[in-house]
Amino acid sequence: MSRIILTNLVRFIVLVLLQVLLLKNVTLYNLATPYLYILFILLLPFETPNLLLFVLSFLLGLTIDAFYDTPGLHAAACTLLALVRVLFISITVQKDGFDNEPEPTLSIMGFRWFFTYALILTLFHHFFLFNLEVFRISEIDYTLSRFLLSSVFTVFLMLISGLLFFRKKERK
Amino acid sequence: MRNLLIFITKYNAFFLFLIFEIASLIIYVKYNSFQKASVINSTNQITGGLYARADELKGYLSLREVNDQLARENAALRNQLKSSKYVDTVARKTVIDTIYKQQYEYIAAKVINNSINKRNNYLTIDRGSRDGIEKGMGVINANGVVGKVAFVGEHLAIVQSLLHKDSRVSGMLAYNKEIGYLQWGDDMNPHKALLVDVSNNAQPKVGEPVLTSDLSLFPAGIPLGKVSRLKAKGTGFFLNLEVALAVNFSKLEYVDVVVNKFAKEQAALEGQEKKDE
Repeated sequence: MSRIILTNLVRFIVLVLLQVLLLKNVTLYNLATPYLYILFILLLPFETPNLLLFVLSFLLGLTIDAFYDTPGLHAAACTLLALVRVLFISITVQKDGFDNEPEPTLSIMGFRWFFTYALILTLFHHFFLFNLEVFRISEIDYTLSRFLLSSVFTVFLMLISGLLFFRKKERK
Repeated sequence: MRNLLIFITKYNAFFLFLIFEIASLIIYVKYNSFQKASVINSTNQITGGLYARADELKGYLSLREVNDQLARENAALRNQLKSSKYVDTVARKTVIDTIYKQQYEYIAAKVINNSINKRNNYLTIDRGSRDGIEKGMGVINANGVVGKVAFVGEHLAIVQSLLHKDSRVSGMLAYNKEIGYLQWGDDMNPHKALLVDVSNNAQPKVGEPVLTSDLSLFPAGIPLGKVSRLKAKGTGFFLNLEVALAVNFSKLEYVDVVVNKFAKEQAALEGQEKKDE
């Protein structure tokens, strides 16, 4: 139990630092901006209580907001992300299987499931984030292209990090 | 009531979502509408400090580049400095006079090397043969006589200062026009010189100006100094006067080289006269 808490704490810190120090400066063609930090929410264990999940998502969003100077924006997007995560997991994963599969990682859940999971959650998060940030219907085409390309970029980074920490023996 | 609680716990995710979503939207809208400084931004201690650290680290990574750039910039700036440039346009001050034919021209020059504490002192100026400077020309500045040109290079020339044991300038007392020779005394005082071989008939006064005479290579009437002591040592058949020099040799910056347009003619004539003897 303490190992899980420690792992997630380290993951939280590393992802926030990675996001605000490195990825904040990365923008491809002024369109694709990766928001890899949401990987923290994606990788929380299945057994996480809903209350804790929402509190953690909210805190993560606020932390990112503090660095991006956008109070509330990322927090709102992360809260939505948490809700989508709860719904997605309740639909796709059997409740009895929790004991065997503690974390929704790439190495445990397999590529197909993880890819769908990451893609859908990222799409929701980014769509909400970009539209809330711009909040203007007249720039919808630019916002949508940003949203799509950024989502591709983020999912790509998520898959890479999943493969980077791939542990074959855990696969059941 | 019980049913309500059961309903809420069953769909707790949705209600939690509502609570947190509304909270974050309130923060977002409030911040955006009032543009107030908030705790949650990059100006607080933690986030700002982290950014400052990261920036420091980034600064180290680009040190070499910045150094190169600064070095280049330094070089460029140094090139723009006046002191590193050889001024190509020669300032010639010429007095246009239709009645009198111009005899003297002045070439402005900058002193780039100077000494006053040797027995024989020279100074270097930044004008040379290219600018029309020839050996033997007189050098003055705004205060008085400085010396005469001793060696000429293409861009530079060396001036034999008045503070030299071989410097002899013909001078005269301003009030009674008595003529003598100005030379540097052997006590090596850069502010004093001797006016020697003045006729005994002269009745000089302390403070009387000493000017260049018509016999010198300078235009007449350029100040040499002022009589500071009447009876200097070595007074015999002639009067020797101590003169406080007009020019402060330790602070020379700009000088004018005197071009005597009749110098060649005079030299040729005098050479002929000597031949006749």
